[in-house]
Amino acid sequence: MDPDCRIDAMRVPHPRGVPEGNSWAAPVFEIISMRFTPLGLALLLGCATASPGSSPPAPGAATDARLAPLQLPRVSWSSEEQAVHLLDRLAYGPSPRDLRQVEAMGPGAWISWQLRPADIDDRAIERRLADFPSLAMSTRELVARYPRAKKVAEAKGISLEGKSPEALRSELAEVVNPFHLPRQVGAELVAARLIRATESRRQFQEQLVDFWFNHFNVSADKGPVRWMVSPYEREAIRPHLFGTFRELLGAVAHHPAMLFYLDNWASGRLGLNENYARELLELHTLGVDGGYTQEDVREVARCFTGWGIRRPKEDGSFEFHPMAHDRGSKRVLGVDIPAGGGMEDGERVLDLLATQQATARFIARKLAQKFVMDAPPPALVERVAQVFLRSGGELTATYRALFESPEFWSDAARGSKVKTPLEFTVSAVRALGGTTAGDVPLVQALNRMGQPLYRAQPPTGWPEVAQPWVNPGALVARIDFGLRLASGRLTGTAIPLPPAGGPPEELVDRTARAVLHRPLGEQTRATVLAALGASEVMPDGERRPIDGLKLVGLLLGAPEFQNQ
Amino acid sequence: MSRICRRQLLRSAGALAALGAVPGFLARALAAATPGSGKTLVLVFLRGGADGLSIVPPVGDPAYRAARPTLALAPPGRDGGAIRLDDVFALHPALAPLRPLWSDGTLGIVHAAGLPGATRSHFDAQDFCESGTPGTKSTGDGWLNRAVQRAQGPDGAFRVVALQPTLPRMLLGDAPAVAMSSLGQFRLPGGPGGSSAFDALYAQAVDTALRSTGLETFGALREAGSAKLAQLPPANGAEYGNAPIARRLQDVARLIRSGVGLQVSATDMGGWDTHVGEGTEKGQLAVRLAELGGALAAFARDLGSRWADTRVVVMTEFGRTARENGNRGTDHGTASVMLVLGGGVRGGRVVGGYRGLARPQLFEERDLAIGTDVRSVLWEAAAAQLALRDPSTVFPGFNPGAPVLG
Repeated sequence: MDPDCRIDAMRVPHPRGVPEGNSWAAPVFEIISMRFTPLGLALLLGCATASPGSSPPAPGAATDARLAPLQLPRVSWSSEEQAVHLLDRLAYGPSPRDLRQVEAMGPGAWISWQLRPADIDDRAIERRLADFPSLAMSTRELVARYPRAKKVAEAKGISLEGKSPEALRSELAEVVNPFHLPRQVGAELVAARLIRATESRRQFQEQLVDFWFNHFNVSADKGPVRWMVSPYEREAIRPHLFGTFRELLGAVAHHPAMLFYLDNWASGRLGLNENYARELLELHTLGVDGGYTQEDVREVARCFTGWGIRRPKEDGSFEFHPMAHDRGSKRVLGVDIPAGGGMEDGERVLDLLATQQATARFIARKLAQKFVMDAPPPALVERVAQVFLRSGGELTATYRALFESPEFWSDAARGSKVKTPLEFTVSAVRALGGTTAGDVPLVQALNRMGQPLYRAQPPTGWPEVAQPWVNPGALVARIDFGLRLASGRLTGTAIPLPPAGGPPEELVDRTARAVLHRPLGEQTRATVLAALGASEVMPDGERRPIDGLKLVGLLLGAPEFQNQ
Repeated sequence: MSRICRRQLLRSAGALAALGAVPGFLARALAAATPGSGKTLVLVFLRGGADGLSIVPPVGDPAYRAARPTLALAPPGRDGGAIRLDDVFALHPALAPLRPLWSDGTLGIVHAAGLPGATRSHFDAQDFCESGTPGTKSTGDGWLNRAVQRAQGPDGAFRVVALQPTLPRMLLGDAPAVAMSSLGQFRLPGGPGGSSAFDALYAQAVDTALRSTGLETFGALREAGSAKLAQLPPANGAEYGNAPIARRLQDVARLIRSGVGLQVSATDMGGWDTHVGEGTEKGQLAVRLAELGGALAAFARDLGSRWADTRVVVMTEFGRTARENGNRGTDHGTASVMLVLGGGVRGGRVVGGYRGLARPQLFEERDLAIGTDVRSVLWEAAAAQLALRDPSTVFPGFNPGAPVLG
């Protein structure tokens, strides 16, 4: 297809470090540079509204599923409601910038654009992430550059034997650069994730990183995985978000982070370890009800013997060890894998698993749970699963099927999901166009809400459904976060506040509209006004001006902001 | 007063208090209206499949050493050896802090406990242990929540507390429960008054889950603030140390000692999935056990006279393979060990129907076979602490049989 047919990147100047929402609640005109070829324009206009009226793609034009315009069902929602729903699901909530963007492009064109992140200019984010050198390093470089403090001391001939922890700490502090400790690797990775989630224009890509990392979870808390988890996201997850499921599955299976986390690196002909094999079937592909047996687990484990890591604590790259591989014949899900094979035994298992009905349904259901609703209708799951199967596991086609479904655009879906802590914190920063450097206070807030990033211990990752996240402890942490964010007490993370002045009722209405995108209920409005002391009169007879910080804190902690 | 009635009252009281009309004492008076038995049940879930065969090694079983050439613990009396319990069993040396509890009979051990229909998936096995309905995934609530629903209780905001960031599966259900990372973090800026506006906002929430969670939250905040719970120092010279499990149990002890009506508590601890390099008297498992043993011993000491009214059950989702694997670790297995501690326990003995590790005795020729259903132990503890009579309301379709430790 002619590259000129694409809707080109929309380049909006975004000066570094300046909150883009300074223009709060004022009309803003963005410069949208676009190569308006006739077809590109038609594509844009054809998708500009969520109506089925757009013409079907011309024959041959749909060969690349990414470029065909989406066929969205008709909805009765306003264009703001449509945009807010899209941003609640495909992005980390509405920001003033992204809301304008969706409304300008229309939902169909915006989704199509988000499905092609390479076409989205994100250089502003890339420049900011250049501050984090560890993000580009291999595991070998990370181990060398960020060694454990004790290793540094030993290398400098300092004996650690028989010293009290205090003495040890002060001695280590003299020789160790705190920015070159292993924890820096994790800190930079978490900061990068938070910066991207908050400010990247490739919002859907960032939601997919969250989804697929969680699907193929590894925990940085397990031994040398701390030096592997950054390369894992960069090499195994990010490049394959829009390819086929098989490519993603293969990249994960080969990655040392997964090989270590689920112990396959230590599994061999003479010492079989079933951990990876079991989770591969249960969590990565077929699902727990996917019709496999303990015998299949064992046979799969045998196929992956020898898939290992070159010196895990120094080098940490993939290596196949032929001597450790079980060369006997195997039988997986009724399919014979003949004797004499090598590394390809594992590849055959991945080929087999990636094309199973059970895998298609399992993946479709998880995606529907993430992007549509906690209990997705079986008909939706089945429809999306069939697209997955027919397309050979094309992920972009699968995502499209979700977003083109009437279920995605149903009243039952809208606002039905409780935000995870990550979604809550990031959407709070985005709501008024704030920025973050991903500093410690934001990270600690997430930990308190029960979601320390990259440290989910079980291979199931974080829960996607609401129930585990809704409890008093987490609620207190959320309310506390909203108040501290609004009052500017989260170092490194800031939001622009609404301009003060005017009658309190107007300020409350305007701010609520900007944060929640709907008017407050009568009772809620009265509660907010009362809490702000809006009716109090000062000694000089003037009404007391209301506290804008407190107002924003109240709105971010309100029940209406916990859902998306 | 029924629970619903109280919750509705609390709701309106909270909303009014937010507008300055009613002081917070009304809510507290309501919370204190129903007296309870004063007994507490504490569940500690070891997530990852803890290796019962190393925690309470069957050193007297000749097949033990053969199954675990590098992982078997040295017999009692040797350097780094296990602690003798009886002719067959010993205690992992890292659990030495629990020895006094064994001696005074407040620690009982159930060996070879598991759930029928063995699943070696962490996710499924934990799910079944917590739903209490092995084999049935559609169960919406957790067994411990069902137990609370059937029990008379003090009905305060801290009747049911999970000391972990999210509510565990076993506590999901209609009975209100609070989850928190720690008591110290369970507060809002501005003290108890700082939450009044949110109290009113959540009382009006459209989302029912958020509305009821809000009610529970603000009731608990008022109570925690007025009692200064988080500052209560340990009693009787108990030293908890810094392990996360120790801090959590210290908070449980604070809730018990301050008399806010804690009836059920749950917490958990990760790091038991020892596929590689499990270790013996030192190493990965020993570090975890030292944390657990130290925390439980400090907890018992801290509680003093309240220890008699407390029962702790330590459980895991499954045991590990009888034989060690090729990585000096163990893989997912079937039966494991449960520890039951507290005043009402007839302890100082290992029960449970351990059959042995010789090949014909194993389940599917690889795992320690189940001698006792986990639910029997859970039911016994819940029945004792919550004065329950009918097991079918907590574990539907299950007959708990004769007492295990009672």
